[in-house]
Amino acid sequence: MSVYVDKDTRVVVQGITGKQGSFHAGEMMAFGTNVVAGTSPTKAGTKFNDRVPVVSSMRDAMEFEPNATMISVAAPFVKDAAFEAIDAGIKLIYILTEHVPFHDSMEIYHNAKRKGIVMLGPNGPGITAISSKCKIGIMPGKIFKKGNVAVASRSGTLTYEIVDAVTRSGRGESTVIGLGGDPVVGLSYIDVLQQFEKDPETEQIVLVGEIGGSNEELAAAYIKKHVTKKVVAYITGRSAPPGKRMGHAGAIIEKGVGTAESKIKAFNDAGVKVADYPINVPDFLE
Amino acid sequence: MSYFLFIENIRGLGETLNLYEYMGKEVFRRHGIPVPSGYVVEKETDTRKYEMPVVVKSQILLGGRGKSGGIKFAKSEEELKSSVKQLLGSKIRDLTVTKVLVEEMIDIKKEMYVSIALDRTNKSPILICTSEGGVEIESVSSDKIFTRIIDPLLGYSQFIGRDAVNFMKLEPEVGKQFMAILEKLYEIFNTEDCELVEINPLVVTGNGKVIAADSKMVIDSDSLFRHREFEVVDPEKTPLELEANSKGYSFIELNGNIGVIANGAGLTMATLDALTLHNAKPRNFLDLGGTDNSETVSNSFEFVLKANPKTILVNIFGGITKCDTVATGIALAKSRFGIKQPIVVRLSGIREEEGRKILKDSGIDSYPSMMEAVEGVVKVTGGN
Repeated sequence: MSVYVDKDTRVVVQGITGKQGSFHAGEMMAFGTNVVAGTSPTKAGTKFNDRVPVVSSMRDAMEFEPNATMISVAAPFVKDAAFEAIDAGIKLIYILTEHVPFHDSMEIYHNAKRKGIVMLGPNGPGITAISSKCKIGIMPGKIFKKGNVAVASRSGTLTYEIVDAVTRSGRGESTVIGLGGDPVVGLSYIDVLQQFEKDPETEQIVLVGEIGGSNEELAAAYIKKHVTKKVVAYITGRSAPPGKRMGHAGAIIEKGVGTAESKIKAFNDAGVKVADYPINVPDFLE
Repeated sequence: MSYFLFIENIRGLGETLNLYEYMGKEVFRRHGIPVPSGYVVEKETDTRKYEMPVVVKSQILLGGRGKSGGIKFAKSEEELKSSVKQLLGSKIRDLTVTKVLVEEMIDIKKEMYVSIALDRTNKSPILICTSEGGVEIESVSSDKIFTRIIDPLLGYSQFIGRDAVNFMKLEPEVGKQFMAILEKLYEIFNTEDCELVEINPLVVTGNGKVIAADSKMVIDSDSLFRHREFEVVDPEKTPLELEANSKGYSFIELNGNIGVIANGAGLTMATLDALTLHNAKPRNFLDLGGTDNSETVSNSFEFVLKANPKTILVNIFGGITKCDTVATGIALAKSRFGIKQPIVVRLSGIREEEGRKILKDSGIDSYPSMMEAVEGVVKVTGGN
């Protein structure tokens, strides 16, 4: 068992012949993901990696019975691609693309929500379910080992750093989810905490947060009330000066709100240990 | 959820593209929101004959301009000329005034506040308004503030305006104008890709007209491909930051002595945090992002070197960005820029061994873990 995806997940890659799309579709297949079709406006009728049929539209892709899509098209075209996927009846949409206008993400999110579709991203590394051998997104496949630690994060590379630390400590992961670094993303910590709490494969949870907004504080309040499994956190940006945007659209401290101190305190109040360095995260795990 | 949590979510917003007051008012005018008549002056000789009295407003991106002496009043042409002369080129909290807005004086009977912003938690626009405008919204007591999450698929509808007018207890004539403005404000929020559009104060004049006396607009910088009319204004950035940003690097100057290059915003922040916890001081934040190009890596050193650090730490977890690509870029930079400073590198992940060999051939130390690299660079940097 894993969350959001499993061994029956069948994936379409929208933009499978682009530079990013083709590289990551190949990596996903190498990990074991069942990529059943890809779309391309110009290369319909060909096969990707001699195996995966390339079609011109999501309607055509539905013939291969996909239930998830990875969108890897340029930012101005993401909204149209997502709407096409929603209209076709896909159940999970992961948007790899960065720099999507948040007004577009907002429209995609609410349309998806109306139809009970899960949206992941934009601007995140995706989802990897280790025991189901299903990876949708760009996480490097080699850092994982099957285990009982679920990880949710707002960042990309830092997630790999922490997963790597967990794996090197002799433990392993159940499902790893990158929520995305944009102001509007499909899933929140609370959404994934709900899933992790229910997931029999997950026994402990790592949350990787960063400065800006109040997502971590909301997650801490939720954990206090609803989560029985062990949760460990890491927060980055504690050295960031106020008013300076640290790369991610969300990572900024303004008027004293969204500081690392406030988030660490919220987690501590909820009984969640916060590691000082990524490498120390496993020290707090069972 | 409490009102203050809404504000927190809004304040947590990211990369901002702020419009000057006069630019925001042009947008208001284009969408039919009433604004005072006026014109922008960039040179002393640009003042025109205008009906007196007038307000002369410095165009800077700071709140509290009035208190800092950035707003003047003129009853005659001489006063107008002398106000313009005083304000142009003056400094308000380190920012130089390069433009002033000359506007008709409005007869203010009442000041209100209205804004639409993104509420990140609800992933929806939020309307905030109060009949007590003219001050910072944070200083108004929360029971006087009307907030409403707007479902973006339903959009603005008159029932929202009616609820706001009833809450604010506006007179019918004022309420009617307020609702018309609200509808246009929501249209602006959407069509101009705003993170925030704010009118403070929204004024009721002596003869009962509702006019936007100020404007604040923050545009989503990711939407610029469809808004080429907006120029990027960011008074907070240093010249070196602007130069690096223009070459596509996410770069921030800090005041330490260790240059930092890493891949991914989160990992870069974590690197700065680790240095700080070791009582060391980073000189900068530079995120390579998801590049897999040695030239991009090599060129990034140009900006770090311009910041003149004592040592340089490169922290890479290879994924999309492969370790050998980075190593080639570092070796290239070392010979190209003739780097004298010690460079400490951490390489982990895809093609780690290949990368380590390339570095070794160029005489650069590398470590497999972040902590060893951080400790290594702290050691070679010595005391601050």
